[in-house]
Amino acid sequence: MRGNEAFGEGALRAGCRYTFAYPITPQSEIVHFLARRLPEAGGVFLQVESEVAAVNMVFGAAAAGARVVTSSSSPGMSLMQEGLSYLAGARLPCVIVNVMRGGPGLGNIAPAQGDYLQAVKGGGHGDYRLIVLAPSSVPEIIELMELAFELADTYRSPVLVLGDGVLGQMMEPVTVPEGDSPSEGDSPLGAQRGQSPLVSPLVSPSKPWAVTGQGDRPERNIISSLHIVPEDNERFNRELEQVQMEIRRREQRVEEYRVDDAELVLVAFGTVARVAKAVVDRARAGGLRVGLIRPITLWPFPDETVSRAAARTESFLVVEMNLGQMVEDVRLAVNGQKPVHFYGRPGGTVPTVREVWNEVRRIREVSGGEEDLRTAAGPNG
Amino acid sequence: MKKIFERPQALTDKPMHYCPGCTHGIIHRLVAQAIDQLGVRTRTIGVGPVGCAVFAYEYFNCDMIQAAHGRAPAVATGVKRVHPDRVVFTYQGDGDLAAIGMAETVHAAARGEKFTTIFVNNAIYGMTGGQMAPTTLVGQKTTTTPYGRDAEETGEPIKVSELLSTIDRAVYVARVSVHNPRHVIQAGRAIRKAFEFQLRGLGFTMVEVLSTCPTNWGLSPLEALGWLEEKMLPVFPLGEFRKPAEEEAV
Repeated sequence: MRGNEAFGEGALRAGCRYTFAYPITPQSEIVHFLARRLPEAGGVFLQVESEVAAVNMVFGAAAAGARVVTSSSSPGMSLMQEGLSYLAGARLPCVIVNVMRGGPGLGNIAPAQGDYLQAVKGGGHGDYRLIVLAPSSVPEIIELMELAFELADTYRSPVLVLGDGVLGQMMEPVTVPEGDSPSEGDSPLGAQRGQSPLVSPLVSPSKPWAVTGQGDRPERNIISSLHIVPEDNERFNRELEQVQMEIRRREQRVEEYRVDDAELVLVAFGTVARVAKAVVDRARAGGLRVGLIRPITLWPFPDETVSRAAARTESFLVVEMNLGQMVEDVRLAVNGQKPVHFYGRPGGTVPTVREVWNEVRRIREVSGGEEDLRTAAGPNG
Repeated sequence: MKKIFERPQALTDKPMHYCPGCTHGIIHRLVAQAIDQLGVRTRTIGVGPVGCAVFAYEYFNCDMIQAAHGRAPAVATGVKRVHPDRVVFTYQGDGDLAAIGMAETVHAAARGEKFTTIFVNNAIYGMTGGQMAPTTLVGQKTTTTPYGRDAEETGEPIKVSELLSTIDRAVYVARVSVHNPRHVIQAGRAIRKAFEFQLRGLGFTMVEVLSTCPTNWGLSPLEALGWLEEKMLPVFPLGEFRKPAEEEAV
């Protein structure tokens, strides 16, 4: 399955039946996939006039109690930031996919990781954080899309799934269980599957705040991000802070690869983590003790893992497809305990195994090894 | 004693914050009355704007959403697509609908989204301090057109009803006014019709209501009503610009 299709498949398996989308390369296959599959599944696919409209339709559908997704790529994500701030302010669960491309501005359609800071530090106005998940393979895309909806509903927060053009376009074998995923039965709209979209869907009893028409409820529901009295707004921000602390405490996810005895720890996410993993294997084959930390949640950043590694290792090398964004979070987590090096390529270029390997050798002051490298580099070299 | 007049159930009893002489209160009441008359309060979802009516959710006694500036039609689209059997309306001012939210409005109409937009046009930005709106009249003085709106510089007022009436799936588009009791009654009738057509699932419905802004126009409430009648009506003629085919036949 293609990565972009996996974003759609994961959303479907999570019981999501609504998407409001605006096409942009290199993620348009998500839109194509959902345009085909959602109506079959009794859902609603709508291609709309802009990213601004799409994210605000997500706002409406989420407020109405539905599981809803939209996707875009970097320039489109910038347009969606208004909506993301409002979604955070109204505490509405939803999932947004960003398949990153080269920037700034129109940039290009090649894979990049230049939106890290925008994704994890807010992006829209105000004091908020979004949960940000970063898959690095096609099967993991499906897994993390399902997780994204669970986390969104659990914490009443928008969840951002951050991929890039390589991940979106690559094809990998995927095994998915037959039939509905377990989460689908519990989802608000699971029961609606196969029915006409004109039938009003059930709304999960776990979303008693949803705006559905008052019906028999004793109180009407209001979805708003407005707290005109500063003290009220501060109280809301404090509540949000509590939720975010809980997320930080409970939801840090990370893959550690040969880190235990590593003298140098690579840190990379998404596509670049695959390159870094190949470098780790080569380094090990050459007798260098190198490991990899791959953050799966970019927010909350897995600082406990990094901090723990800092106590044992001698140095870090952060590798990114940008000029140095996640490296800031790594440095915060390392907190001066050990040197943190950086290697990155911005603008839609992907670091090669050879380049990263050279950085590793430079840091570890290893000379020679060209023969090794040729074997190491493989097709990526 | 027989009660002959009461507050609509679809309004809360919260005192409104609007300036003296502003007709938002009347328009709120007309919307609430239509909801009451159709008996749909408990299945109605309202979407409010940014601007003077930002607290609409405190006044309409139904489930409510406060949307970002201009995005109410997008938010309402999301809501209505999830709950096609609910009654959904947006309540928007001219800055909200005709400036920043023009794209959302036009495209909601083009898709024939089955909700009702109440568009309150007072030819000025109220909440932000009386700046020029897309609907500001030529020659009208505002805080950003202190010498009067110059059409050469900033164009002419956008006639939203006329514009939307070119869209096939905008099934009901009407412009009404609330500057005197006769027009208030007509406005109420138009708003109710819009909700009825929504209930019948015919398509997008919008009622543009000409409204006053005594504070930012720098007029007394009474003068403001006169200014609306004298200055706005010639530029924004009243009428039903679009209605369903069977209505045409009547």
